Amino acid sequence: MDLGSHAAFIIASYAAAIIVLTGLIAWLVYEGAHQKRLLEDLEARGARRRSKSSTATKSTANT
Amino acid sequence: MQTQSITQKLANPTRFMALSGAILPWLSATAAVIIAYAMYRGWNAPPDYQQGETILIMYIHVPFAWLAMMGYALVAFSSFGLLVFRHPLADVSAKAAAPIGAAFTFLALVTGSLWGKPMWGTYWVWDARLTSVLMLFFLYLGLIALRSSIEEETLASKLTAVLALVGVALLPFIKISVEGLSIPWLGLEIPAWNTLHQPSTGMGSTIHISQRIPLLLSAFGFSLAFFAMHMKAMRTEILRRRVKALRIAEVDRARAREAVAAAE
Repeated sequence: MDLGSHAAFIIASYAAAIIVLTGLIAWLVYEGAHQKRLLEDLEARGARRRSKSSTATKSTANT
Repeated sequence: MQTQSITQKLANPTRFMALSGAILPWLSATAAVIIAYAMYRGWNAPPDYQQGETILIMYIHVPFAWLAMMGYALVAFSSFGLLVFRHPLADVSAKAAAPIGAAFTFLALVTGSLWGKPMWGTYWVWDARLTSVLMLFFLYLGLIALRSSIEEETLASKLTAVLALVGVALLPFIKISVEGLSIPWLGLEIPAWNTLHQPSTGMGSTIHISQRIPLLLSAFGFSLAFFAMHMKAMRTEILRRRVKALRIAEVDRARAREAVAAAE
């Protein structure tokens, strides 16, 4: 395909779009997987929410 | 009433995670297919009689510029939802939209600059449209920087939301900068600023149908892609907040155990 005398500007525009959007999507996917892994690790260690834990703490303190 | 119940349903992060988890793959795939089809149609359309093949830049520049402004409107709308209605997901939405909006604003500036050089003879002019979009980009960066500079997350959310609402005044400025504004019954007449930038290309414009259809498809496809990315970023932010809550709970429990042990 002949892009004419301004081919470099067209290619540079599309290249910039591909680089920035690929980088953005890669960051979103990586960060999502990272937080999911952290949450799974915490849950595997038996970490619970504060509301449940405070009840547990009270019952521990009473005994 | 129906709208209220949908808002209430979505206010629950657990329900949002389930719903968005089901929608996200379909939304992403639809966006990718529509963008691919729009590019196929655009790259096979005849060259413009004035601009030649550089019209190809229009198929990405116009959607990026539209999403730069739509992204900021989403940040401002979400900030309003946080400050006025205290919607649990409003701050998640505002935080998730800022970096995506910044990326699209950056791309609008870069592609516009690369389109400007062959068409206007310059990469940049300090006119109203280009300068106001550059200010929008700095505003996005300001929102991200302000939020990350305050450790207390509730305070950071509120201050960022206030800045986002103050900055919303920029949106009509960007629009009026090229087209002016005329509201006769109010006696309001704002002339367009002196600019190289042409009025927006959209639904009512006079471009040929062979170029208008790929442009509208591209704008629609990139809009869906924006919402898919925003949804993904919101999901990640909800997970991050859960991780933080569990860590704080762990630390609290450990302290309580230490206190009990010390008392014994």
